Amino acid sequence: MTRFAEKSTCISGIGQSEIYRKPQVNPFELAVRACERAIADAGLSAADIDGVACWPAVPAGTNSGIGAASLPDIANVLGLNINWFNAGDTAAQLSPIVNAVAAIAAGYCDHVLTWRALGERWVPSYGSAAAAAGGAPHMQPSGWLEYLLPFWAPSTATWVAVHASTHMARYGITREQMSAIPIVQRRNAGLNPAAIYREPITLDDYMSARMVTTPFSILDCDVPCDGATAVIVSRLDAANDLKQPPIVIEAVGAGSHDKMETWLGRRDYPHMAMHDAADMMWRRTDLKPKDVDTAHLYDGFTWLTMSWLEALGLCGEGESGAFIEGGDRIALGGQLPLNTNGGQLSEGRMHGFGHLHEAVLQLRGQAGARQVRTVKVSVVGNGGGSLAGAVLLRQL
Amino acid sequence: MASASPSPRRLLPAINDMNRSFWCGGADGRLHIGRCGACATWIHPYLPRCPKCGFSEVAAQPVSGRGTVAGFTVNHQPWIPGVPVPYAVAIVELEEQADIRLLTNLPRTPIDQVRVGMPVKVFFEQDGDIFTPLFEAAEGAHT
Repeated sequence: MTRFAEKSTCISGIGQSEIYRKPQVNPFELAVRACERAIADAGLSAADIDGVACWPAVPAGTNSGIGAASLPDIANVLGLNINWFNAGDTAAQLSPIVNAVAAIAAGYCDHVLTWRALGERWVPSYGSAAAAAGGAPHMQPSGWLEYLLPFWAPSTATWVAVHASTHMARYGITREQMSAIPIVQRRNAGLNPAAIYREPITLDDYMSARMVTTPFSILDCDVPCDGATAVIVSRLDAANDLKQPPIVIEAVGAGSHDKMETWLGRRDYPHMAMHDAADMMWRRTDLKPKDVDTAHLYDGFTWLTMSWLEALGLCGEGESGAFIEGGDRIALGGQLPLNTNGGQLSEGRMHGFGHLHEAVLQLRGQAGARQVRTVKVSVVGNGGGSLAGAVLLRQL
Repeated sequence: MASASPSPRRLLPAINDMNRSFWCGGADGRLHIGRCGACATWIHPYLPRCPKCGFSEVAAQPVSGRGTVAGFTVNHQPWIPGVPVPYAVAIVELEEQADIRLLTNLPRTPIDQVRVGMPVKVFFEQDGDIFTPLFEAAEGAHT
């Protein structure tokens, strides 16, 4: 299967900043720390980095917080000499990985520095910015947003919730079943010193939590934070003698195959783009869902994680509720340990790259108290809605 | 057709040639959706070709205004100052074609009565030239 270029690439270095719930350090600084740590982790120097990629490419100082360091920000501060840069949205949060693979295959670069930097606590959130302005912002939504925002639906929470309601009604999935995700992940976060929330939660806590938008309570929604994660994608034969064991990129998936960006128009509604990304990923490997040892699946909202489980074939269509019920299967000692770092629901919304970082730690055997016994293959699924990406990682 | 009284102003789009029929077409009390002049496929949002047959004449036509709640959420979070909570946000599948789905609100339907699969019909909330399509329960509208 040599025609799939990702198998000749690997993740050679990872780095993460501190994660803050309250604004404490300028998120541009956090982004730089994550990148410096990833370069040091790989045993490289800044002079070795010949490509950069991130998504979305939001410059430091932008008043949204959804990004905190763009391509020139990092290239300039680290003094990089780059052959190639890319900020394309190929595969949601995993776009930099998918695009780096292509650049390495084309011979543009050997070592691509990628990162995801968040500063959502450092700048005012949508709500507080609106309140400070004395009411709803007077923006005029355009493009696909013009069919969502006018209906008092400014948040992704709303758009995902309507999909979840359809799926849960169709298959009889309950909130009690869904509770296993935040409860198990919080238990995992207790073993992750970097996580924001580490105290255990119970089913009672979950069922009595403040409702945001049905079926999502505050415990079904991830935790906005300031923090950054960096990952270096390298040509495999340029990484064999580096500091860390290379983690091979076995397969990538990107996809948005049906009425791209509309959110609502897919023929297979309430499926989302993760079904396209997952299908593509599996077409590029001989490995199967049964080979996956740990799963690191996007949990901006609990139901997205359930949808990823189904999209990847880790359980059957409509069976995610029964699969996770009670939490034993997805716990650290279970059949399929899920979001072993606590995920975005507990660690903080590191926006997909937290999942990638944790998968690499697990594959290297460096996950400390939360290390799963045998990890040879891990899957990362990021995104939902109209954009999604998946990568299958394995030991060399 | 009565319009609901406008609550705090919605975030409404700028009107252009591509979206005018959808946002302003309700002035005649009917919902307007693009349709292929050759194969009759309904198309929303606007595209200059039919994605099914490639025909280049796509023009808005009135639809029945009837549909089904495909999914919904009862929103409790005060995202937007001045908008009272809770309120329902729903996805409505139009009777004409299931993959023509609209996000909408159901301000005339008590939130504890909203159900997946519920038949609904359109009504409009006017703000200047814009007639925002909202929906309400239409028990027995489907035969």
